[in-house]
Amino acid sequence: MFRKLAISAVSALVMGSGAAMAAGAAGHITDVPFSWEGPFGKYDENQLQRGLQVYTEVCSACHGLKFVPIRSLAEEGGPHLPADQVRAYAEQFDIFDAELDDTRPGKPTDHFPMSGLSNAPDLSLMAKARAGFHGPAGTGISQLVNGIGGAEYIYSLLTHYEENPECAPDGIDGFYYNTAFSAGGVPDTCKDEKGISTIPGSWIAMGPPLSDEQVEFQNGEPNTVSAMAQDVTAFLMWTAEPKMMARKQAGFTAVIFLTILSVLLYLSNKRLWAGVKGPKKKHA
Amino acid sequence: MAGIPHDQYEPKTGGEKWLFKRLPIVGLIHSTLTLPTPKNLNWMWIWGIVLTFCLAMQIVTGIVLAMHYTPHVDYAFASVEHIMRNVNGGYMLRYLHQNGASLFFVAVYLHIFRGLYYGSYKAPREVTWIIGMLIYLAMMATAFMGYVLPWGQMSFWGATVITGLFGAIPGVGESIQTWLLGGPAVDNATLNRFFSLHYLLPFVIAALVAIHIWAFHTTGNNNPTGVEVRRTSKAEAEKDTLPFWPYFVMKDLFALAVIMAIFFAIVGFMPNYLGHPDNYIEANPLATPAHIVPEWYFLPFYAILRAFTADVWVVQLVQFLTFGIIDAKFFGVLAMFGAIAVMALAPWLDTSSVRSGRYRPMFKMWFILLCIDFVVLTWVGARPAEFPYDWISLIASAYWFAYFLVILPLLGVIEKPQAAPATIEDDFKSHYADPTPAE
Repeated sequence: MFRKLAISAVSALVMGSGAAMAAGAAGHITDVPFSWEGPFGKYDENQLQRGLQVYTEVCSACHGLKFVPIRSLAEEGGPHLPADQVRAYAEQFDIFDAELDDTRPGKPTDHFPMSGLSNAPDLSLMAKARAGFHGPAGTGISQLVNGIGGAEYIYSLLTHYEENPECAPDGIDGFYYNTAFSAGGVPDTCKDEKGISTIPGSWIAMGPPLSDEQVEFQNGEPNTVSAMAQDVTAFLMWTAEPKMMARKQAGFTAVIFLTILSVLLYLSNKRLWAGVKGPKKKHA
Repeated sequence: MAGIPHDQYEPKTGGEKWLFKRLPIVGLIHSTLTLPTPKNLNWMWIWGIVLTFCLAMQIVTGIVLAMHYTPHVDYAFASVEHIMRNVNGGYMLRYLHQNGASLFFVAVYLHIFRGLYYGSYKAPREVTWIIGMLIYLAMMATAFMGYVLPWGQMSFWGATVITGLFGAIPGVGESIQTWLLGGPAVDNATLNRFFSLHYLLPFVIAALVAIHIWAFHTTGNNNPTGVEVRRTSKAEAEKDTLPFWPYFVMKDLFALAVIMAIFFAIVGFMPNYLGHPDNYIEANPLATPAHIVPEWYFLPFYAILRAFTADVWVVQLVQFLTFGIIDAKFFGVLAMFGAIAVMALAPWLDTSSVRSGRYRPMFKMWFILLCIDFVVLTWVGARPAEFPYDWISLIASAYWFAYFLVILPLLGVIEKPQAAPATIEDDFKSHYADPTPAE
């Protein structure tokens, strides 16, 4: 149904390539069939909880989620943690309280802390802010059909660390070569005469954050880099779009009711006009 | 109100007569609803109702959003996130408003191109057309300022680039830009005035819409044949028309329901598809995005703005002739506004005596080319300004001007139009069999 809908919408939307410009040299993005894709897709509660664990044990060392209230961890359509776990989770943070003029343990009503490292971007909206690669030729069709978005970007960024390429065996000091990251620097030896990069991706300040078996999951779920990257990507998709489930539900209800209404109005209209308009003539 | 003869409202009860002597408002509503409407209108005549609905939806959702939004550079971005996360149904309101702008422009472009094809701009409907163009300009201003409010990266840099256009005006440009921004750069003063104007302009649009409707209710609707409704007698007029209520209300509502179903599918399943992802990054005056791109509905005219660079001979010639007063940047600005101005002047540029494109074989081909040109401009407006896109946008921009300034005036002279039907009734009868009598 979504394909059909997509195709019918395409004529109107193909022009909608406002988001169409890939940044600089295109990075290499891997398509992952995430659970929430398509109109029937849902977040996987367990995956979000594992992602929260990866975020807490790894990402949060440098990054923050300043727009996300901790209480929303308990919400349906999210990680859906029990209230006592959310309270316990909040208490691990020392929050500065302006009224006390001092720090106190966190409460569920507080937000996640901001990034601890000044050049580590806040991750609250990353999964939506990195959805900007609309191919082919800026038409956005591949994103529409394949559902490739910011989540794929985050997954690719976390898993696409590679050895320095042949054109720059020493790389850039203090930076790491990543084939998905396109916003970073590239040594001149990897550019052609026009100054355009000849390799996918660029160099990023963040070292490879994940290594196999780095996080121990409660139920022994797979903890390869790829599995953990998918889990934390799912979690970050939720932080960026916490109401996705409710939104899709609302979208469904609206589409179904409007379709019924359309049919009723079509029949009413046909009946109304039957008095003044006969069947269409063939030659016309 | 309309020049087409039809039954007028007659107050019957005592209360109606009492009110009618003091304020004939029931008569106004009556004559609006019973307006004799050409019975051969096709499905391209539904966009007016879609546009009216869009305006209402944007105002209603916008007013509620304004209750939760904070127009301050330090809080604007966070307040939008507050709407998305904490306000009941806030995510839906915001996505409706955001995608509503896109629907608004889809509908207005189809509405405008409908008018261009069927010659709706021609006498006696020039005033309707000009008011329509003013509405379109006000819509663009409103949409542009609305896009600044979330205070994301594209908000900030879009505002910087677009207000910079005014800075290109020779002599007074810089002062105008400072006056618009409320300071030397896009900052809190800019955000505040844009919020204020974004709230004001929709009501200006609503007033213009009322005048637009008043104007075409005076002349009567155009129709696919371009042939006027017969006005010599009520009986004849009734053969060409049907009352707006219930025939066209029902037809328009059906069309609106179908479009709403598609619209809600987009809002529900892919609400960010039409937006720029960089706008989910908070505005940062120190970090310029790799590509600054306006919303899709500005892209055709943005492409025209960028097409005229300093290496185009027309630009060099103009720069030489004006002693450098009109440089490439100002030329681009003039071209962008000129592209809309030539469209507004279509009633006087089109010399053909035949109104509807349906009976103009040569016009048809040039018009189809104009539609393709518009799509190409939209696409190329989002591409980087480099080969081959620079050439594509230059050729496409040139065609836009050529269509209005050369082709429309010439076609009226060289084209041999086909015969239009004598009356709307004839057209209707040639398409549809007589209705089977009611049992």
